[in-house]
Amino acid sequence: METLSLLMDGFAVALTPTTLFLAVIGCILGTIIGALPGLGPSNGVAILIPLAFSLGLDATASLVLMTSVYYGAMYGGRISSILLNIPGDEPALMTTLDGYPMAKAGRAGDALVLSGVASFVGALLATFGLILLAPVLARLAYKFGPAEYFALYILAFSTLGGIASKNQAKAAIAACIGLGISMIGIDNNTSIVRFTYGNLHLYDGVDFLVAIVGLFAVTEVFVFIESHGKDSAIGVKLGKITIPVNDILLCKWAMLRSTLIGFVAGILPGAGASLGSFLSYSAEKAIVKDNSMFGKGDPRGVAAPEAGNNAAAGGALIPMLTLGVPGSGTTAVLLALLMTLNITPGPTLFTDRPDVVWGLIASLLIANVVLLVLNVPMVKFFVRILMVPPWVLLPGVTMVSFVGIYSLSGSTFDLLMMIGFGAMGFFLRKLDVPTVPIILGILLGNRMEDNLRRAMVISDGDWTFLFSSWIAIGFWAAAILGFVGPMFLRGVLKKPVPPTD
Amino acid sequence: MNTIFKRFAAGLIVSASLTTSAMAAECIAPANPGGGWDFTCRTIGKIMYDIGAVDAPIQVTNMAGGGGGLAYSTVVNERNDDEDLIVAASSATATRLAQNAYGGMTADQVRFLGAIGADPGVIAVAADSPYKTLTDLLDAVKADPKSVTFAGGSAVGGFDHIKVLMALGRAGFNDIRAVKYIGLDGGGDAITQAIGGHVQAVTGDMSEVVGFLKSGDIRVLAAFTDERIPGFEDIPTAKEQGIDVVAVNWRGLYVPKGISDEAYQKWSDALAKVAASDEWHEAMVSHGLAPFTKVGPDFQNYVNGVIGEIAQLSRDIGVIK
Repeated sequence: METLSLLMDGFAVALTPTTLFLAVIGCILGTIIGALPGLGPSNGVAILIPLAFSLGLDATASLVLMTSVYYGAMYGGRISSILLNIPGDEPALMTTLDGYPMAKAGRAGDALVLSGVASFVGALLATFGLILLAPVLARLAYKFGPAEYFALYILAFSTLGGIASKNQAKAAIAACIGLGISMIGIDNNTSIVRFTYGNLHLYDGVDFLVAIVGLFAVTEVFVFIESHGKDSAIGVKLGKITIPVNDILLCKWAMLRSTLIGFVAGILPGAGASLGSFLSYSAEKAIVKDNSMFGKGDPRGVAAPEAGNNAAAGGALIPMLTLGVPGSGTTAVLLALLMTLNITPGPTLFTDRPDVVWGLIASLLIANVVLLVLNVPMVKFFVRILMVPPWVLLPGVTMVSFVGIYSLSGSTFDLLMMIGFGAMGFFLRKLDVPTVPIILGILLGNRMEDNLRRAMVISDGDWTFLFSSWIAIGFWAAAILGFVGPMFLRGVLKKPVPPTD
Repeated sequence: MNTIFKRFAAGLIVSASLTTSAMAAECIAPANPGGGWDFTCRTIGKIMYDIGAVDAPIQVTNMAGGGGGLAYSTVVNERNDDEDLIVAASSATATRLAQNAYGGMTADQVRFLGAIGADPGVIAVAADSPYKTLTDLLDAVKADPKSVTFAGGSAVGGFDHIKVLMALGRAGFNDIRAVKYIGLDGGGDAITQAIGGHVQAVTGDMSEVVGFLKSGDIRVLAAFTDERIPGFEDIPTAKEQGIDVVAVNWRGLYVPKGISDEAYQKWSDALAKVAASDEWHEAMVSHGLAPFTKVGPDFQNYVNGVIGEIAQLSRDIGVIK
């Protein structure tokens, strides 16, 4: 009951007109930022930090504004995933897989509403999880050492086949390309520089945002040029928006399962929203009885990653607030904001600054409701931004991509690299190699390697250390099942269903 | 076309960062907004203008890349005689220069201006750890280097790693390649590894451990400072325990090599004024920094000394040849 009264105090802070206004503004800005390719939650928040300072906002107000932008961007990322097949930000990557086919089949409106509802369910439940469990769950992060993290990443990669709708070997090749790219830069364990050829721009490795924008947005432009804009993928029709009740009911278990998976992935430092949406999608595809429609516009393939990544956004706030350890790129930026505001996140934050914590939580709940309103009944407003004719939209997307990437590092080298990725994506598309595993390889490769090397340092090179805890063994077992299982089960599962394509 | 676009994009970003004067001096933060270097530029730059040490507001530019190497090479190669330029630096800058991590560039290609605050280095263990003093911990390493793994928020060979090696060296243990160290993505991450029992000790900065110290999850065995840290007088220094190491993460600035002595003096004076101001003292307290003021040639000598020692240790552990 103490929690409830603290939450009421929080609402007292959050419902002041100024705070409420900031939450609404933050949600709108966030949704737009999320929807624009190249601008995601982390650089969106980073770009807006100076705004919070120049407005002279106090700690709670700035935090409310920034987390509304964060949640808004997590919602908004799906819009361009579904309509353009270009993920608005990295956690929205998985939403392209089924969202875009749904849109092409004339169900763009349904996909948008369904994913909006899924986002709401994921984010809302995760916020309740944050309220009830934050202090307890913070202890979960202590259980994760290098061996456990390594096993977790192995699990992610071994279920990669799950996202390839056609050819799993090509998905594996793509993942290897991604892993290879992630090796570029300074090796954290020896400080030795790898594959940079003396170029200082490559010392920090390849930023995955550069890769995403290149592989998706720039590639799309090349395809558009090649087809002279005739049958370009861009420009799906959006009819009247209705609530697809049947789809929502069909997806209710998918949303709940994905929320749980995403939430746990969010809590683990270094796993974050992308892994959350990825694991949610793979798990959903493995669990449902008839998964033949996955990758071709299955509503569950839209609901699962969206519930997963929004739940992860809530989960990621837990280690940030209670341990001072960011669970994702965006929470790292928020952490920096907190430090600048003279608030030290850590185990004592909940007792030292209850006004900040509970004000924040209350505004998250409010932001969620605002976002549901913005993203379901008013989704057309945001869609209109993207709904101009392709010959206007694509140059616009390109410009936003360039500005977005340039704002990350202020380096023209990244722009050239982005174009390089675009060219690569163009040829990979010709070869029918999926690009999503490349991004996952770049995103997770370094962390997987770091954790393996750390485990080896701790154990003096004893490989059995990797199986030294029940958590690790559990992940290994799941990974082996996820990797080997489909090979044997495929025959069993597919038999009753005659091949349709 | 290309340049038009560049100007357009640059214009967008400049206007987005809400700066007004194009003629103002510039402070380059060699990292993205939010980190220590960004703090140095923004805070020192703001105070310099507020107390009247400079005539116009100082514009902050973020130039992330290569762990500060990109900014360093830009200053050395393109802006070597720019008198209106200061660049944020810290112990990490010195460490990377010592380890030749800036693509062959050396510390004598710029002039170090001064440091006016520092985050003290500390060594901590989990609250339930058997090690009660720094000597306990170092003795355990001496007896069996395999029994202790250190975790820190910087990469292998980074300053957190070097601090441990300096302490062990003073304690008479020189087989430093046997010392086990893992680098994580930040001090908070390193501390959770220690609390979870995955590693035995944490090496980091005071600001990183404060929250966990207050909650009672960890015990700080030693601070690498001359005097006990203000506000944390119950933490003994390493010196008191017979280990003569001072290792702090200083926050300071460098300027291009080619500027005139008058310009160097002008910036030194401005920085010294900031160091003496009330505003800076407030900023230091709120960011967990301890006083550490060295400005001008004095600071240049200090940096040279630190770089020499780090270079030697780095050769010993094989990070550089």
